[in-house]
Amino acid sequence: MNVLTIGKIKDGTVIDHIPSGKALEVLKILGIKRGSKEKVSMAMNVESKKMGRKDIVKVEGKFISEEELNRISLIAPEATINIIENFEIRRKFRVSIPESVEKLLKCPNMSCISNDGKEPATPIFRIEKTDNQVVAVCVYCGKRVYEIEEYLV
Amino acid sequence: MSRFRHLISIDDLSKNDIEHILKKTDDFLEAAMGRESLRILEGKILANLFFEPSTRTRMSFESAMKRLGGEVINLGSVEASSVAKGESLADTVRVISGYADSIVIRHYREGSARFASMVSEVPIINAGDGAGQHPTQTLLDLYTIKKEVGLKNLKIALVGDLKYSRTVHSLIKALVHFSAEIFLISPDALKLPEEMRENGNFAECSLEYAVENADVLYVTRIQKERFPDEDEYMKVAGSYRITAEMMRNSDALIMHPLPRVDEIAYNVDPLPNAIYFRQAFYGVPVRMAILSEVMV
Repeated sequence: MNVLTIGKIKDGTVIDHIPSGKALEVLKILGIKRGSKEKVSMAMNVESKKMGRKDIVKVEGKFISEEELNRISLIAPEATINIIENFEIRRKFRVSIPESVEKLLKCPNMSCISNDGKEPATPIFRIEKTDNQVVAVCVYCGKRVYEIEEYLV
Repeated sequence: MSRFRHLISIDDLSKNDIEHILKKTDDFLEAAMGRESLRILEGKILANLFFEPSTRTRMSFESAMKRLGGEVINLGSVEASSVAKGESLADTVRVISGYADSIVIRHYREGSARFASMVSEVPIINAGDGAGQHPTQTLLDLYTIKKEVGLKNLKIALVGDLKYSRTVHSLIKALVHFSAEIFLISPDALKLPEEMRENGNFAECSLEYAVENADVLYVTRIQKERFPDEDEYMKVAGSYRITAEMMRNSDALIMHPLPRVDEIAYNVDPLPNAIYFRQAFYGVPVRMAILSEVMV
């Protein structure tokens, strides 16, 4: 029998069906890093019927907005979200790909205006989905970014 | 009603928009030659914001605006402006958009014109953003082709630096709308990138084949800095040079975005094939069409 080695949470958000090995990037997208106050538990490479292996992230005491959660779809398009209240699942949904993201990615084109520290050019990327691949396109210079996790801010 | 507020990239224009501008350009030919005077933009001011050197683009915009009865103000040299004091592009654009009815911008950063359009109160026209876009050049190239040979069933040979030339890349995107047959002639190191070949009818061929079979030879400069040493450059550049002797039995028209260095010999200039100076002139009526589109 499989035993899940991380416990249930009382209130918060559970992000399931993250591709194996991408849990840390998911935390990065959610802005959870060293110094953050949220109580976070994480399981990596757990068995999954659907995916073979998957990662799970649980964030306790914080309800993350749907808009923020949808950013996860850039690296985990199959991720499912469970909103937990008093140990019960209040809502369950799949992330959907946002039309655009702001301040999430850095343009790999060093000549792009968004990389000029002097300019208030907020990095904005339009998100396109082609042949099961998610591509982020810089709205300024048009650079297409395929390896999205490499350019997370 | 304008079809577009800003002109940032040729990708923003549909085939219909492109055809509209080309058709409108015809209406301005006489005025561009000084044979009639227009007052369409009387009382309007265009601001030229050139952060990089330019002769043709800057002066033809200036000429176009004046031929339409409008006025032009210039940033002048960057050293003499507040940019030298460290002012951001965003602030400069915000300020200048209070002084003018439209802004033409050339800046060394890619995406700068798009960014300017997001902070400006008035229409922005991109006159080149680093290695990015230069849509008015593409429109004047298309107009030249339309006027001189027509865009239908076009066979065009692109010669020279097909890897880095933004002029070539933008022109290809536009030519795809017109189902042109595109011949590619370049040194191995400067071939057209694969991702640019997705939607068109492309064939690599020799310069000799293109001289015999193409309607238009579009020649670009091969830059020295793309090669590891001078010898290698000289060897390569020489084999993509157009001469009068080579064109003896050819009807192909020769275009070049200019400035040329030595990729077209001076003895080609008197030939009826040479249309690159006319091409540069067409920059005026094309830019008149664009200015009237965004400012009226």
